[in-house]
Amino acid sequence: MKACVVVFPGSNCDHDCWHVMHDVMRLPVEYVWHKQNALPKVDLVILPGGFSYGDYLRTGAIARFSPIMQDVVRHANSGRAVIGICNGFQILLESGLLPGAMLRNDSLRFICKHIYLKAVNRSSIFTKNIAANQVLNIPIAHGEGNYFCDADTLKCLEQEDRIAFQYVSESGQVNMDANPNGSAANIAGILNEKKNVLGMMPHPERASEAILNSKDGRVIWESLAAALN
Amino acid sequence: MFQAKINVTLKKSVFDPQGKTVLDALHSLGFGEAEDVRVGKYFKMTLKAKDKAAAEKEVKAICDKLLINPVIEEYQFQLAPLESDQ
Repeated sequence: MKACVVVFPGSNCDHDCWHVMHDVMRLPVEYVWHKQNALPKVDLVILPGGFSYGDYLRTGAIARFSPIMQDVVRHANSGRAVIGICNGFQILLESGLLPGAMLRNDSLRFICKHIYLKAVNRSSIFTKNIAANQVLNIPIAHGEGNYFCDADTLKCLEQEDRIAFQYVSESGQVNMDANPNGSAANIAGILNEKKNVLGMMPHPERASEAILNSKDGRVIWESLAAALN
Repeated sequence: MFQAKINVTLKKSVFDPQGKTVLDALHSLGFGEAEDVRVGKYFKMTLKAKDKAAAEKEVKAICDKLLINPVIEEYQFQLAPLESDQ
């Protein structure tokens, strides 16, 4: 599997993503500047976290018009893999590759802490190595991660098995106490219709090595490597 | 030249945590009459257009393409010729 990390002005998790690919997974990876018109030949596009364009207007609203995004959309529409993490997820929502939108966290606070997740869909290229009932300890770091969509879209996401991750308690229960930001149905990550595009607010790249106190995020990269190699 | 004054607000169906927090603050300050607060965005834009109809079409296109996210937001605007033109 070969990956690229798209760098927008204001991205700040691009190096972490590159490091996990290169040093942890030992897979080929390269950076792509957002002004480029074409992606290199890769299996996986990573849209990293950060504050692209300073979050001006709305999170991800300006980055979605960066030149590289046209090719990211083509890459996604051809069925190849895209993962958007945090601000990357917000960019995917603004670009229309994923449904819904982000609101301010219901606490109005920027939240930076470890939370617990469970994979709802465990058959996608991103989640197939995750065991049933496995609870992942992965950090979030966002001010606008309160996932919103209308009732019909939510129903559609549920029926089509497109909820990738939900915020849960340490024991794996879905409840309001485990929901850090007010997201609809405790949603932490969703998939597109073809399930080749994943957007998630938690940062698996910050939890892929024991030295970082959790390597629970690594299972996502391992799922991808197994599926795309 | 025209000037557009554009107000963007969250749709009624979307909970506005900022508005709720401002409302709570107003109540705690003794402004018990305040019943609802919605926090939005305001854009003031000058644009070239041959007439008001063209300006209106352009402002709508700008709002739909970039200024708002139709999943959560809606907008209203007022349009007036800029005085320096008259």
